[in-house]
Amino acid sequence: MSSPSSSARKRARSSNPPTPASEDPLSLSPRPREPSTGELQPMPTSPGTDMQSPAIQDTSLFSSPVARRSVPQSEVDMSSPLIYDTPSRGTPARQRPDLGSVRKAPQVDLNSEPPSGDATVASEQTAGQRLVIWGTDVNVGTCKEKFQRFLQRFIDPSSREDENACLDLNEPLYMQKLDEISVVGDPVLNVNCGHIQTFDADLYRQLICYPQEVIPTFDMAVNELFFDRYPDSVLEHQIQVRPYNALKTRNMRSLNPEDIDQLITISGMVIRTSQLIPEMQEAFFRCQVCAFSTRVEVDRGRIAEPAVCRNCNTTHSMALVHNRSVFSDKQMIKLQESPEDMPAGQTPHTTVVYAHNDLVDKVQPGDRVNITGIYRAAPMRVNPRQSQVKSVYKTHIDAIHFRKTDERRLHGLEEENEQKLFTEERVSMLKELAAKPDVYDRLSSALAPSIYEHEDIKKGILLQLFGGTRKDFSQTGRGNFRAEINILLCGDPGTSKSQLLQYVYNLVPRGQYTSGKGSSAVGLTAYVMKDPETRQLVLQTGALVLSDNGICCIDEFDKMSDSTRSVLHEVMEQQTLSIAKAGIICQLNARTSILAAANPVESQWNPKKTTIENIQLPHTLLSRFDLIFLMLDPQDEAYDRRLAHHLVSLYYQSEDQVEEEYLDMAVLKDYIAYARTYINPRLCEEASQALIEAYVDMRKIGSGRGMVSAYPRQLESLIRLAEAHAKVRFSDKVETIDVEEAKRLHREALKQSATDPRTGFVDISILTTGMSATARKRKEEVAQALKKLIQSKGKMPAMKYQQLFDDLRGQSEAAITKDMFDEALRALTDEDYLTVTGKTVRLL
Amino acid sequence: MPSVQDWINNPLGVVDGAFAQNNSGAEWEKKVVEYFKEKLKVNGAQSWVPSLNDVPLHYLKPNSLVKFRCMIQDMFDPEFFMGVYETVDSSTNSKVLRCGKYKDVTDCGQVDFNSRNAVTSERQTFYCVPIPGESQWVKEISFHQARVVPSTSYTPNRHKRSYEEDDEMDTQAQCHCANSHRNVESKRLETEAPSQNNSPSRCSSNLDLNFPLPGEQGPACLVKVYEGWDGFKLNDMLEVFGILSVDPALSLMADDKEASSLLDPTESMETVEEQRAHSPPASLVPRIHMLYAQPLKHNNPLLPSAVSEDKGACRFLSGVLSELTSVRSELLTYLTHIFLGDSLAAEYLILHLISSVYARRDVLPLGKFTLNVSGCPHSSPYTDQLYQIIQQLVPSSYQICMSLHNMNNQRMVPRKDYTANRLVSGTLQLASNTSLFLDETQLEQGQLDATGVRNITALGNLISWQKVDYDFNYHQMEFPCNINVLIVSEGRSLLPSDCQVHLRPALSPPNLEEYLKTVQLAQASSQLNKYRVYFTVARSLDYNISDQITKAVEEDFVEMRKDDPQSVSAEDLHRMLIVARLLSLSYGQTSLSRENWIKAKQMEMMRISRTQQQKCVNGNEP
Repeated sequence: MSSPSSSARKRARSSNPPTPASEDPLSLSPRPREPSTGELQPMPTSPGTDMQSPAIQDTSLFSSPVARRSVPQSEVDMSSPLIYDTPSRGTPARQRPDLGSVRKAPQVDLNSEPPSGDATVASEQTAGQRLVIWGTDVNVGTCKEKFQRFLQRFIDPSSREDENACLDLNEPLYMQKLDEISVVGDPVLNVNCGHIQTFDADLYRQLICYPQEVIPTFDMAVNELFFDRYPDSVLEHQIQVRPYNALKTRNMRSLNPEDIDQLITISGMVIRTSQLIPEMQEAFFRCQVCAFSTRVEVDRGRIAEPAVCRNCNTTHSMALVHNRSVFSDKQMIKLQESPEDMPAGQTPHTTVVYAHNDLVDKVQPGDRVNITGIYRAAPMRVNPRQSQVKSVYKTHIDAIHFRKTDERRLHGLEEENEQKLFTEERVSMLKELAAKPDVYDRLSSALAPSIYEHEDIKKGILLQLFGGTRKDFSQTGRGNFRAEINILLCGDPGTSKSQLLQYVYNLVPRGQYTSGKGSSAVGLTAYVMKDPETRQLVLQTGALVLSDNGICCIDEFDKMSDSTRSVLHEVMEQQTLSIAKAGIICQLNARTSILAAANPVESQWNPKKTTIENIQLPHTLLSRFDLIFLMLDPQDEAYDRRLAHHLVSLYYQSEDQVEEEYLDMAVLKDYIAYARTYINPRLCEEASQALIEAYVDMRKIGSGRGMVSAYPRQLESLIRLAEAHAKVRFSDKVETIDVEEAKRLHREALKQSATDPRTGFVDISILTTGMSATARKRKEEVAQALKKLIQSKGKMPAMKYQQLFDDLRGQSEAAITKDMFDEALRALTDEDYLTVTGKTVRLL
Repeated sequence: MPSVQDWINNPLGVVDGAFAQNNSGAEWEKKVVEYFKEKLKVNGAQSWVPSLNDVPLHYLKPNSLVKFRCMIQDMFDPEFFMGVYETVDSSTNSKVLRCGKYKDVTDCGQVDFNSRNAVTSERQTFYCVPIPGESQWVKEISFHQARVVPSTSYTPNRHKRSYEEDDEMDTQAQCHCANSHRNVESKRLETEAPSQNNSPSRCSSNLDLNFPLPGEQGPACLVKVYEGWDGFKLNDMLEVFGILSVDPALSLMADDKEASSLLDPTESMETVEEQRAHSPPASLVPRIHMLYAQPLKHNNPLLPSAVSEDKGACRFLSGVLSELTSVRSELLTYLTHIFLGDSLAAEYLILHLISSVYARRDVLPLGKFTLNVSGCPHSSPYTDQLYQIIQQLVPSSYQICMSLHNMNNQRMVPRKDYTANRLVSGTLQLASNTSLFLDETQLEQGQLDATGVRNITALGNLISWQKVDYDFNYHQMEFPCNINVLIVSEGRSLLPSDCQVHLRPALSPPNLEEYLKTVQLAQASSQLNKYRVYFTVARSLDYNISDQITKAVEEDFVEMRKDDPQSVSAEDLHRMLIVARLLSLSYGQTSLSRENWIKAKQMEMMRISRTQQQKCVNGNEP
């Protein structure tokens, strides 16, 4: 019975005769192997039975675990430095099934004839160290020393990782972590391989190439160090080193046979996890005759059953005792390539990962993770009795470290920090591009080149893609400021709005595309459902949550039902989603930009009406859009000509010609990703002055005519736009030019959407209150006129509705519609001047 | 030809020979591939190789060279295998190096896993199915060719029989083979393929072969690819040449593992479903170790498969081009008859059938031309017959009746099944240039459920963007496609379309069915073949627009807009440009001429006026 997890070495070393275990170890139920807590040191890893009765330690049951601890130590070949006694005093070592069985790794004295004739290793090493582990160039002593030196000395002042958040960056990093371990008691030391590489490249190479040998050496080193420093501390088991971020980070696709038995880090998405599998680590045998017991370690999945009892020399008297054997937890995880890493037109690859011990159940299906582990391959035997072998290996990864890549999204601690790796050349290329004076225009014209003109709209969308700077005001009680820019496109059908949306959706890594008609409120937010397998209630997230840190494109925004639209209120300003459903009450982050497209109600844009009237959207929602663009069919000849030329060329230009003209989509993607990750512009003094002026100006325009043309929301929009523009330039400072462009764009959008069709003036109140100031003024005038009319009629308690209407129409020089009359009546009712009952109007 | 015997009957011999000759370098691998490529280049050599599409599996010799015309349905994970391994002969204790390439199972002898000389290599597995929706005539023609060619891969002692008898015997033989293929040996061996319609034994097995379209038949295949697998894409059409492997050990293994998995769950990284999907019995899903694969631009057997520099192909093409115009007019007459005398609809159908996505500008697919023929008679089985006629003209096609039941129950979008770790196919997983015929006359009242809505959305996406979003449970993945969608409906279709033509029958034959049949029968098969070639050739032509014409088109557009800006929008210009393009291609012209531009404009005018009239008629209805 060969277990693929442990018998993975391709170049197997010693050849134990494959003795199949006599019994099936899996008929056993997994038992709690939780090691005991502080009070009960020094024998915590004793096998399960004692756990039920931690208080009564002096029962006879305990004799064996105590004895057991001495057994392996005496049995193990003490010459192996991997095993030699660490100064751990009471803290037991814990097997690391993730590394396979290292204990058997023999050492080779290179001065004597290497038994395998491993000439390469020998020649390299003859000068220096004497002893290396068989098949490698790892000298345990040196390796340990180096690692200890690394732990004691490594300082990384520029560390940005969130794990190191509260550590002093100018002190040795890992010593602080050890200190943390002594306080917290979690005996795991995560080590960034990148740090090792910068510190000692050779050590790093050894770690990558021979993880199975080097990691135990690290363990030993760290334990020596730890127990030297904190001799009194008590841990569950000895500290285990978990390297991560092996710089060989690859996607699954690039794994190849050369990576077998090496330390690798790959990223992917968990698609399936198995149930817990107990795996035997150490078999316990007892002689049926004399009750002598012995322990046999599982070696590469096999147990060498002792044929003869060493005590009484009876043959075949040893029987396996299950509940005294040691098991470890194991879980199979299927990992699938992340969709971003895949070449177009192919299906994603999957890899099997085994998680051991406390890594079990660390990840759930759907999680995006970076896994560091050892890549293994094991041959598949058709049948133990057959010599024929299927010439295929089974491959899997023994996980050593998991790192969830989307964890931060849940906690919302930091800006999207996806480890998108840019090569040096790429970065310098992007920087070069950014240095060009016309980068803004270049990028905007590279956006959806197949869509003709609409330059300002493209610029707006470009800024949306970059987004503003995220600011945190939670200390002062206002929480996060929205950094995302929301844009609404409205206009005639057939002006390629959908195409623009589709393009954006394809461009951004975390984009969602929904259509207003087809989406419900729950589809946008989140819903609670019963998982068919686990029967548990699970929260299924909708489009808005899924596009956190991305862009949610909503087509046919006007067709959306009111209740659906109402969920957007919270998202578009607070950037969160509150859910209270089926006992699940929570608030999810939805820091998404919204790009919506709406058609006018009358299918064709009516230039005589305001935006609100044309699209019939509540103004509360409209005011949350930073930019509202009209996409109209401009009807003039020059435009037609250019449009025709553009379209015709679309149909005959070859692919290459187009490439030359525009930036390629991939570059644009990288440019945006880079800017979003690394550039966080702040307002400089001048720019803030400019913003203030701009705002005051905007307010002034309106106040001259008794209107308010700007609200603080508009100021915030301006800031966001200016920041986004600074990001486009890769600038860390928002300067006046950014403000200028933000102002221009904002004005353009306003000009289009907030122009009062009656007066031709820009009037922001159309968007904020749904009615232009002139319209409001007129309403008031009519009401006053009506009041006068009624007063002029003298004291009449009641009037006919129709008659009053006719009188008013006859009196007024402007045409008065019934609607206006009704509105005036309503206004007067509000003033408690009159009441309307049916067809009669009564004065109060 | 003794050499033919060798490389077709025993290709592994060639491989092993090359390996033995220079076992040190990696050179031999290339040499082997080159060798087979050279062999296949010889005139007619490709037709000597028996095809898995036509010849039932049990007639094929294991480990012989076969070809398979297929579409990549799924891509499995890459696997590591023993590229070179060492075996130990237990009696003499001598070690021999062997090559594991192109094989599933190691050869005799104890394998020494600890050998230093062993080399681990990587290969990729594709799950391939016959091209979905392949028309009957395509099968008949390629099958006919296979029969003509003297095949050398079978035991030579075959005797002549009449075809009818053969067919009968075939079904019998198949039944037997499904049970066990040992008694196949005793059966007579013949190059006959089963008639695809009556082989119930094949689907009797409970194994789901995962064909995109329901009711499809034919072998599915696991193709092992040894190099350049990044070049292949899902839904690519391929002609694979490779070594057939049906080692019974493979099936045995599947059984064995199932038994052992009960004992040791740690062993079973794969679920039972997964095993079934990934290592099905070799008798049902044979393995092909690919030596050489030819990507297919089309699956029309009447044309040389690759547009190569081959002189014969060139001559053939120029011949076709010269008579393209005459074929077109014949075709137009034929289709006009089919459309009951409506020549405009016939014109548009031709344009539709030669349309193909030739480029993508960011998200916009260029060249697609989805046609909606409205005003189809509803009561009679007119649409079914229309589909049959189209089926006779195009190499692959599929009809979807948009009935409520179909919409709510059919699986259209392929979905990843994570338990079995495979892509469960759907009806929209089609190869390039497949004609999809949507019959909206079957529409009925009722409510679409969630699946139905998803299906309609998928169809809409397919039409607008020529892409299908495959469902990967945690995310969706977009696969571009190139499918000609034809919608027949009574009124305007509920799906978007590039162009709607309202059918205006000029004649109303008393018996529609009879009438269509006679029209169809009037076409000789040679005539049909001409049409078939016509479509494939016209579709593959290059096209451009000269600067002069560009200017003229621009002028025209501006002029049209001047009169009434509402009348012509950018979208209309888009459509006119496509129509002009397809019109030119349909005459075999590779650049736009003024006449064609004017003709395209006129056609559009006529069509639009017709639709508007129709609107008026409908509007007047109470």
